[in-house]
Amino acid sequence: MHYSILVNGERRTVEADPDTPLLWVLRDDLHLSGTKYGCGIAQCGACTVHLDGVPARACVTPIAAVGAAPLITIEGIGASEWGRKVKAAWLELDVMQCGYCQAGQVMSATALLAKNPRPTDADIDQAMHGNICRCCTYTRIRAAIKRAAGLPTADTRKERS
Amino acid sequence: MNARDDRAAPREAAELSRREFLSVALTAGGGLLLTLNVPGAAGAPEQSSALAPLNPYIRIDPDGTITIVAKNPEIGQGMKTTLPMLIADELDADWRDVRVEQAMLDAIYGPQFAGGSLGTPLNWIPMQRVGAAGRQMLLTAAARAWNVPLSECVAERGTVRHRRSGRTLSYGVLASRAAALPAPDLNTVRLKTPAEYTIIGRFTGGVDSPRVLAGEPLFGIDVSLPELSYAVYAKSPRFGARLVRANLEELKAQPGVRDAFVLRASQPDAAIKMGLVDGVAIIADKWWDAQKALRKLRAEWEPQAASNQSTRAFALEAERLARLSPQTVLRRDGDVEAALAHAHKTVSAAYTYPFLAHATLEPQNCTARVGRDGGVEIWAPTQNPAPGARLIAETLGIDPGKIRVHMTRVGGGFGRRLNNDYMVEAAAIAWHARRPVKLLWNRAQDIQHDSYRPGGFHHFTAGLDAEGRLTAFRDHFITFGQNGHVASSADLPRAHFPAGFVPALQYAQSLIQLDAPTGPMRNPGGNALAFAFESFLDEIAHAGGRDPLALRLQLYGPARVLPAPPPSYGVTIPPFDTGRVRAVLQDVAHRSAWAQRTRLPAGTGMGLAFYYSHFGYVAEVIQASVTPEGVPRIHKVWATVDIGRQIINPAGAYNQAQGAILDGLGQALHLLVTLDEGRVLQSNFDTYRLLRIEEAPPIEVHFVRSDNPPTGLGEPALPPALPALCNALFAATGERIRSLPIDAQPLRGAAA
Repeated sequence: MHYSILVNGERRTVEADPDTPLLWVLRDDLHLSGTKYGCGIAQCGACTVHLDGVPARACVTPIAAVGAAPLITIEGIGASEWGRKVKAAWLELDVMQCGYCQAGQVMSATALLAKNPRPTDADIDQAMHGNICRCCTYTRIRAAIKRAAGLPTADTRKERS
Repeated sequence: MNARDDRAAPREAAELSRREFLSVALTAGGGLLLTLNVPGAAGAPEQSSALAPLNPYIRIDPDGTITIVAKNPEIGQGMKTTLPMLIADELDADWRDVRVEQAMLDAIYGPQFAGGSLGTPLNWIPMQRVGAAGRQMLLTAAARAWNVPLSECVAERGTVRHRRSGRTLSYGVLASRAAALPAPDLNTVRLKTPAEYTIIGRFTGGVDSPRVLAGEPLFGIDVSLPELSYAVYAKSPRFGARLVRANLEELKAQPGVRDAFVLRASQPDAAIKMGLVDGVAIIADKWWDAQKALRKLRAEWEPQAASNQSTRAFALEAERLARLSPQTVLRRDGDVEAALAHAHKTVSAAYTYPFLAHATLEPQNCTARVGRDGGVEIWAPTQNPAPGARLIAETLGIDPGKIRVHMTRVGGGFGRRLNNDYMVEAAAIAWHARRPVKLLWNRAQDIQHDSYRPGGFHHFTAGLDAEGRLTAFRDHFITFGQNGHVASSADLPRAHFPAGFVPALQYAQSLIQLDAPTGPMRNPGGNALAFAFESFLDEIAHAGGRDPLALRLQLYGPARVLPAPPPSYGVTIPPFDTGRVRAVLQDVAHRSAWAQRTRLPAGTGMGLAFYYSHFGYVAEVIQASVTPEGVPRIHKVWATVDIGRQIINPAGAYNQAQGAILDGLGQALHLLVTLDEGRVLQSNFDTYRLLRIEEAPPIEVHFVRSDNPPTGLGEPALPPALPALCNALFAATGERIRSLPIDAQPLRGAAA
């Protein structure tokens, strides 16, 4: 089947079986490999993308279900105001260790802030629950979300969390 | 390979300082190229001359761009940033001018691996010397250009300045002249004093981070080549089974599938040694097609005679062995039976912990291409490329010099990628298919074909005198072995605390036969032993009516430096310093207000633990409570760490310490691998429950800067987290946790 999808503002056409997960279309057909495979069952969030502005797990989203919804991936998230702020905060506080989950973390964090620009700790827990960081950079992820939101937070550049 | 081989990598490292020498050459563009040569380093294939003629640590282009090579794999431990920082600081480079390049596997660099928290101790001085030698050559070139005394020239931020005249020359301009000079003796180059550092000690973000957040293809899973096919490799769920037959023709007929074939184990015990084992390779144009075809696989496996092992059977066997005399006495100090018989009080307890999987978030993968010359080119997210190349050479029967290994960024190591089974699989598949392939495991394969952290059982008995002092200590350790040999990472070191600090002590061991592979996991040994020993020490303190802090201070005794142990695996071991133990214990007690813990609300408690590992001294205090439903709540963690006088990159250091602590807490709370009928039952993150953000407490890390050489931090902060939590839960509820994970059975809940 041919599918025409709108990825990071660009119209792309792919040939795939309807049940092919969006993740593998992005990675292996469109060579947008920033979106990562971690579990294949929507348990880890490494494959998080935005479908119509809402975070979605690309590993369980069949290509046939994408339709006309605009799709944003980590490669395109910096074009949005919140995406830019989140990435800047991530770098400023040096969040990542191995970095493998961080594309998904940034996508979930950006979606959270776009909807809720002043999240509480509980809001952050809820929005980020589905994103595993195996290196456990959670304290910095929390700090970076607050930093991007302009909320007070511990500064990881001055020790402690 | 045997997982123990990974420890051979550092063997050459101790020899580094006297064998290293600098070589200088001009790059094609007229720049300076500086390398630290390690002749004949056996840690890597002898391939540098044939395949990588130019592989410098430092390259200065005429435009002033400074390229620094990071020799070790980057697995999230930060070495790709840390090692170039050491070079750049001594070079007096402006960090903004520095580009970092990942080295390929090449003997010219000496040992290249990420393990044992050894990146810092092995490279702290050598990398600074490389930078300092470069600075000296640039200074000399400038002095000659101006015809002025060298002493009147200073290097700063990528330029040399003549003090008297104020003239300057940039490194880019000087590079070609510097390259014409003889290389200085590395042992005599002057290194900076800490006051002169401009990069070391500064918060420095990861050099790859902007590219990771741009979604650039940096990881092994992202490798792309012309004509690349994708492969999956199906192995027996039961370890060590032989493949009898598979429906290859049906697999070949699946959409998108190019080929399907059988590969055979390289040796009978390949499953234990993490080599190539029997399996079915499926090659397709898309990974998803290969993965879909895998669901159609019908394979018949012939299990080994004893491959129906289970966690349940291990527990029964451990009970049986505990009633018998230990099979081996590992260490015996004094007369432990007499000391126990005469003790004022004895305490006995049995502790157990489960098998664990590493579960790196990037599943095992590797890309391989066979060249026209019969050589193999590998792109691998590996912690340990040299043994991987050797394994491929041995398995395929080819010259090790014909294997080139590109080290990609690694989506998590934790020790899993010290073994290189996925590398040999990819190479063997590409060899057979004669086309470039990217092998990618799915998550279930990753969890079910790991080199597991072995479980274990400890039967402790301690004797106390009337003052609550520890006078006798005995451990019957029931662990796992393979044909009479202790399995990888399943050993109890003879020197493990409290050995040497108790007059009468015996460590003894019995083995359960294991057919599953084990291997090092972040802080091997310590990640399990700390839980058992430091929890039992807490029991001893409570039984003797002593403050757990005071008991530890009394046991370690006054501040003193013990005789240095002999080198281990060729690495010089710094002497153990009880003063450093005391300092971190007292510091963490102060910061956490340990002395005021009795004023905490009912149902909230504090636990303390200390562990020495990988040359690092770490004390941790945890404050926790238990919900009425029996769920632990961790309020806060305090950690005091002594890894020497200099934190090279605070950005990485605090992150490593916090991450290691949370890693340990996740293990304590949730993690468990269950064997049943010779296979692992867990298959994904729904059943293997990694820690999530809402469970991560605030963590305060403090570094005590003792006057000792800097050592590594990937591992030392992990072990104390588990017993500190369990001891806190005991303080909160009175319930002692002697079996992990904690969530395997509900806690009784708050004592109230």
